[in-house]
Amino acid sequence: MTFLHWAIISPFLLAILIPFFYRYIPKIHTGWFVFILPLALFGYFMQQMLQTTSQGGVVEASAPWVPSLQIFYTVYLDGLSILFALLITGIGALVVLYSIYYLDKKKEALNNFYVYLLMFMGAMLGVIISDNMIVLYVFWELTSLSSALLISYWFQRDKSIYGAQKSMLITVFGGFAMLGGFAILYSITGTFSIQETIASADLVMASNLFIPAMILVLLGAFTKSAQFPFHIWLPDAMEAPTPVSAYLHSATMVKAGLYLVARFTPVFAGVPEWFWIVSGVGLFTLFWGSLSAVRQKDLKGILAFSTISQLGLIMSLLGVGSASLYFNDGVENALYHAAIMTAIFHLINHATFKGSLFMAIGIIDHETGTRDINRLGGLMTIMPVTFTITLIGAASMAGIPPFNGFISKEMFFTGMLEAMEISAWNMQTFGILFPVIAWVASIFTFLYCLILFFKTFTGKFKPENFDKHVHEAPIGMLISPIILVVLVIVFGLFPNLLAYSLIEPAMQSILPGVMTGGERFYVDIYLWHGFELELFMTMGVIALGTLLFIYMKKWSSLAIYKKESDILNPLYDGSLSALVTGSQKITRAQITGRLRDYLAYMSIFIVLLLAYTMFRYDAFSMPTENISPIPGYMWVLVLLFILTTVVVPFINDRMAVIIIVGALGFLVAIFFVAFRAPDLALTQFLIETVVVVLFLLAFKHLPNLKKERTKPRIQVTNAIISVGVGVMVTLIGLSSYAFRQENGLESISQYFIDNSYELAAGENMVNVILVDFRGLDTILEVLVLAIAALGVITLIKLRMTGREDV
Amino acid sequence: MFAIAMAVSLVFLSVSILVGLYRIIIGPSMPDRVIALDAIGINLIAMVAVLSVTFRTSAYLEIILLMGIIAFIGTVAFSKYIERGIIIESRRGD
Repeated sequence: MTFLHWAIISPFLLAILIPFFYRYIPKIHTGWFVFILPLALFGYFMQQMLQTTSQGGVVEASAPWVPSLQIFYTVYLDGLSILFALLITGIGALVVLYSIYYLDKKKEALNNFYVYLLMFMGAMLGVIISDNMIVLYVFWELTSLSSALLISYWFQRDKSIYGAQKSMLITVFGGFAMLGGFAILYSITGTFSIQETIASADLVMASNLFIPAMILVLLGAFTKSAQFPFHIWLPDAMEAPTPVSAYLHSATMVKAGLYLVARFTPVFAGVPEWFWIVSGVGLFTLFWGSLSAVRQKDLKGILAFSTISQLGLIMSLLGVGSASLYFNDGVENALYHAAIMTAIFHLINHATFKGSLFMAIGIIDHETGTRDINRLGGLMTIMPVTFTITLIGAASMAGIPPFNGFISKEMFFTGMLEAMEISAWNMQTFGILFPVIAWVASIFTFLYCLILFFKTFTGKFKPENFDKHVHEAPIGMLISPIILVVLVIVFGLFPNLLAYSLIEPAMQSILPGVMTGGERFYVDIYLWHGFELELFMTMGVIALGTLLFIYMKKWSSLAIYKKESDILNPLYDGSLSALVTGSQKITRAQITGRLRDYLAYMSIFIVLLLAYTMFRYDAFSMPTENISPIPGYMWVLVLLFILTTVVVPFINDRMAVIIIVGALGFLVAIFFVAFRAPDLALTQFLIETVVVVLFLLAFKHLPNLKKERTKPRIQVTNAIISVGVGVMVTLIGLSSYAFRQENGLESISQYFIDNSYELAAGENMVNVILVDFRGLDTILEVLVLAIAALGVITLIKLRMTGREDV
Repeated sequence: MFAIAMAVSLVFLSVSILVGLYRIIIGPSMPDRVIALDAIGINLIAMVAVLSVTFRTSAYLEIILLMGIIAFIGTVAFSKYIERGIIIESRRGD
């Protein structure tokens, strides 16, 4: 266990202490104790980055967990992991700081909040630093769990519970799929280590389980990263407190899916399926998210769909970048790994501006009491700092220079235009869709950024719209968004700060083996690209977006704008309730509460199973040889027996049935005599009489037999079932007899015949077997009788009166 | 000759059991059925005896003895039930 191992576990350890801090040091806001940890971890990861990963090095250490199952707690810190680690700890620290001012010390259950938050932080660090897939999966599910806990933080509200359940169901579904993908990968490569799997990527590629494994892993990634059609949980997760939305649902957890795609790019990429699924789903999500965001009236709703859309953007870039693993040519390669670079760059940018926007909106919500864009307005002069933060964040999100969003949007257009040039995989025909969809989505992005900004801050301030006295937030709440906004500007003006410290090492991890022998990717990010096609596209975006915003009144009366909810939500709700009602129906249909139905099920399935087995192994046979001759009187006995049996179901008098059953028992005994079994016959006579007497004892309490009036259909079914059971048992008897004959199986009874007197000093062989050779069975049967007797006594003597509960 | 005689007697016994069964099934009254069961029991005793002669063994003689007792007990139980509606009378009367 190295320090890195403990770094992942440390949030969990601190989480154990949080309730004590909350309980025994109530004067200090519990958040301050939490704040130290992400700050320290951020420092540690910074130092790791500067010393190791930015030089191209990796940190790797392993500790056994379940070594016999190849499950090792292996940590692997490379360029990609450190990028996420810095995001998680850095934004984590800022969010904790923000939450200290956002959540009230007295009114809120801070112990719950920070325990969940720390759990999440540790789980997220575990996801990105683990090299072992099973450990990754464990942490992955922990993020789902802690996320659901955080969403339902205000558990008194129905909507919170609904959102938590929805996100839990969807992400856990994806998690299970991912586990299946990992299991398939393990069966192909024989290792759970991601790095070893990457090393044997050829093996995976050659396997015919490649596609299922890929799709299952991608399902995990898509559900977590809210890609279409699994994005529906994210808007409902906005019921969480705003710090949670800022942290989980914009900067970290939803990027776990992107991390997974990036991490498994070396394993799966380079095939058309991966390219089309990842970039196609990404592009569609980008489009769908931006379109839906325009329709939202709630600020957090806008941001939620904006997050979905931006995640789709990064996903599509990862898809396009995967083409560089397909081409061996260095020049073509360079075109497409620029897309990966853009993905990473935008991932960082998105975390900064989206985090700041969420925090700004949290401030607005906190200070005005509403997030409805129709009620807000005119806050510019009242909340100047929040206004500035939102302005910069929204401008960056819209892609306006000189902020970092502009650079990544330009680079995104470049990537999409180059995707058109891919000389394989039908891209000549469908390639044109890439830049077109990207461009249209960017227009919508621009539009909702305008809506977000202008509807909140401009216009006339109407105090009567708000329940409280509106004023600027306290300085503590503003620190975190200000830091993020400063980063937005810094990364916008000096993007090369990140180039070789973070982006290049991350590219090395996503595209290993593309650069060989100490070469490094050429990463140079400019704010100014020159007069290229991308610039004109941006101009078009700005122009059209502005036009659409100016004429908003015209189209805002359209029905499509009025309806906020996603089209897929009714589908989700409908299928969930259909699942419940459907399973209830099935249960009610089969669990009828009537024993005769269950007996019918059992008999039918036994008959079907046996019939199939016999049919499958062709076991039907009628042995003809070695059959003993049948003496004449036996025919008569058998006839008698059949006659008596057949009569029983037709008798309506219970007494008569008892007498007939008694006669049947006597006939069985005479069969025992005929087949030379005196002990059996003796016992049979006795037992039969006792049973008849017992029947008579209970007779007084039994109701009269009635003729049940059932539908003829049921009667026929019952008849078929009983005939089927009889025929089946007969066939099996014949078949097993034939089997014994064919295979010459010998009975072991010769041993008893030879030794019953020699070894056990008894001439009655049956009795010798019962008490000597197989005495154990007899003991247990005696026990059975004893239990039955005791049971009868208890049943008769111990009667529960009405008040007692069983 | 001896074997044939035994077989014929077995068949006759079987037929007489058959007739007893007819009485059990048809009835019409309960005593008819009880008596028929008793008769079947006695016929079975005879059958066991004939079989044991056929098999040339004395292993079934206990059964004959036992069946005599058992058939009696059965008939008594039935009779008592028909007469009183109950077999074992409790002294406490509950």
